[in-house]
Amino acid sequence: MMLNIETLKVSIWRGGADGQFVSYDVPRLDSQTVLDVVTYVQRSIDPGLSYRFSCRVGMCGSCAMTVNGIARWTCRTHVSKVSVNDALELAPLSNLPIIKDLATDMSTFFDKWAGAKGQFRGERTRHEDFANVLPSSAARKAADAGIECIGCGVCYASCDTVTWRPDYLGPAALNRAWTLVNDERDVVGRERLRAVAGDAGCHACHTHTTCSERCPKGIAPTLGISGLKRVTARAAVRGELD
Amino acid sequence: MSAATQAKLWYAQRISAMVLALCVVVHIVTILYAVRGGLTAAEILGRTRGNAAFAAFYVLFVLSAAIHAPIGLARIAEEWLQWRGRLMNVVLSVFAAALVFTGLSAVWGLYGG
Repeated sequence: MMLNIETLKVSIWRGGADGQFVSYDVPRLDSQTVLDVVTYVQRSIDPGLSYRFSCRVGMCGSCAMTVNGIARWTCRTHVSKVSVNDALELAPLSNLPIIKDLATDMSTFFDKWAGAKGQFRGERTRHEDFANVLPSSAARKAADAGIECIGCGVCYASCDTVTWRPDYLGPAALNRAWTLVNDERDVVGRERLRAVAGDAGCHACHTHTTCSERCPKGIAPTLGISGLKRVTARAAVRGELD
Repeated sequence: MSAATQAKLWYAQRISAMVLALCVVVHIVTILYAVRGGLTAAEILGRTRGNAAFAAFYVLFVLSAAIHAPIGLARIAEEWLQWRGRLMNVVLSVFAAALVFTGLSAVWGLYGG
């Protein structure tokens, strides 16, 4: 009996910003994910390949890469869905400095979350009763819509505005800010609106909606950003941001 | 420029966009209606001279365009040319003033001139 093993042509970015694509042949398997392919290359062909992953089940947000030109979470992306003529091109995420191979430096990405005042700040202590937040309230629903972000950076890497304006906070940080603006327990709303207003904040968004199209969790940061635009512009007109 | 000012400019651009959307529709529908039987300069002036409603509408149109266009050009200059700062603000303020001046001159020419 002759085994008919299909092969996948995989082209992977190697090196830093001035690196290049290197080709590898990887056996094609059923239900193979893109992360499986990268893991095969590192374990069986070149142990020097650098990439990030952790949970492998779409929870941790660490395995995002550019797959055939589009940013995706690789652990939940099947090869059958994205390969073109049995070929894959894997590059690090765009809009972030490359450390090596498929690993990018995500410091700026997370610093921007802090810059958008992405930390919750309440006023109750553990000695007080829980806050009662009505699940059916409009604010709670708006917060729910954006709360499942796993911080993978797919939206940030896909955003043209980030490319054009590197100081722009980006979709993930603004989405986080929007969930907190809608958190009735939070007490630093005014400061947060000040942090996300203006040309490096929500008002830079051109509503291209690429972030919403590519978010693997189905979140629509564009929606949250337009909410922030509305709220901050009104606050600015009332003089609340001065 | 403070974030609050940037937010106000964004708001001004959005509101002016809404006004412009309406103005453009009225403008085009009026043109289509007016040219049905051919069009001459005398015909146009006959309709516009002394017509206060015409003048008010186009003053609104000109002012909206003068607010909307420079703010949009500032975004393009910042994002595509990496041109920011005081000089850009001055140039675009002059551009806005030029739009107001040429626009209102045209309105005056048709209304009173």
